[in-house]
Amino acid sequence: MSEQKIIEIEVLRYLPESDQAPHSEVYKVPFTDDMSVLQGVQYIKDNFDGSLTFRWSCRMAICGSCGMMINGIPKLSCETFIRDYYPQRISVEALAHFPIEKDLVVDLSGFIEKLEAIQPYIIPKEPRTVEEGEYIQTPAQFAEYIQYTSCINCVLCYAACPHTALSPDFIGPGAMALLHRYNMDSRDGGKAQRMELAASEDGVYNCSAVGYCSEVCPKKVDPGNAVNINKINAGMDYFLRFLSPKGGAK
Amino acid sequence: MKTRKRSNAPIFWGLFGAGGMMAALFGPMLVFITGIAVPLGLLLPAGTMSYANMLAFAQNFIGKGFIFAVIFLFIWHAGHRIHHSLHEVGIHPGIVSKLLTYGLAAVVSLVAGVALLGLGF
Repeated sequence: MSEQKIIEIEVLRYLPESDQAPHSEVYKVPFTDDMSVLQGVQYIKDNFDGSLTFRWSCRMAICGSCGMMINGIPKLSCETFIRDYYPQRISVEALAHFPIEKDLVVDLSGFIEKLEAIQPYIIPKEPRTVEEGEYIQTPAQFAEYIQYTSCINCVLCYAACPHTALSPDFIGPGAMALLHRYNMDSRDGGKAQRMELAASEDGVYNCSAVGYCSEVCPKKVDPGNAVNINKINAGMDYFLRFLSPKGGAK
Repeated sequence: MKTRKRSNAPIFWGLFGAGGMMAALFGPMLVFITGIAVPLGLLLPAGTMSYANMLAFAQNFIGKGFIFAVIFLFIWHAGHRIHHSLHEVGIHPGIVSKLLTYGLAAVVSLVAGVALLGLGF
């Protein structure tokens, strides 16, 4: 058997009760080639410092809990492998653009408010009774929105987006992808309400089409596309609202 | 729920988009003609951009419109882009950044329009 390999993991620590500011600590972690960065961080918690705090659940890139800045790039730590960095040191920090609660855990309440604001559920055009049966949808109608359903709310896109840092009220890429997902659903009738948000000063025009959100998305949702399609939609509505019988979004 | 004001950005974003399209379609060829081909005497006949030719172009209804569209849309495109870039380098949107960018674009548009109309038809 070959010699045990050791990776240096530099973790940004922050204990709000006692620290004035975040600081880094370096841990030497023995690893095998099948170990993810999440497993490296778990090794630190189990063997070096039980107070190290981070979120994780599924270990298979579907729960969206374990996002971290890994060498400055927002990634899911469960699908990022230590072997790809060795022998260089890995730096692990809390996701950018969010307030830190403790160590690698960020405060998501701002994002949750934005998510609630876009009404991420189907608002039926006409409510149907059970007797009336299911809502029928063709494969073509399904294809319109299926890509945007893959969002797992991991908020890597918010850590990537320079405008969520500059304009904290900006709805942001992830919530806009879900807004678009419901707007594009043929069963939904809530588009006008959601477009009020997209067209507002907290809406899509805060984006300057950097595109990094889509690059870091682990589920290939392409939130940047959702934002930019809705610049066109909100722009059309802005100019054509006087011709629309309902007067467009407010 | 928080009430949000409707953004007036579609006006500026629309001009930005139209200017970007204009720049992509005509920008490179205008640079080639005015900056390379004419000064070096390449490809184009002598006197392509002579004063008489250019004056006639600017006095023609379509030529005048083209010159105005190029200047107007390019400067609004640049103004909007710089407005966002200022935000990115920490000069946040406000009356100063708007005067510097959209204000400049409005002045350039006005000067171009007045100068072009002043040349007559």
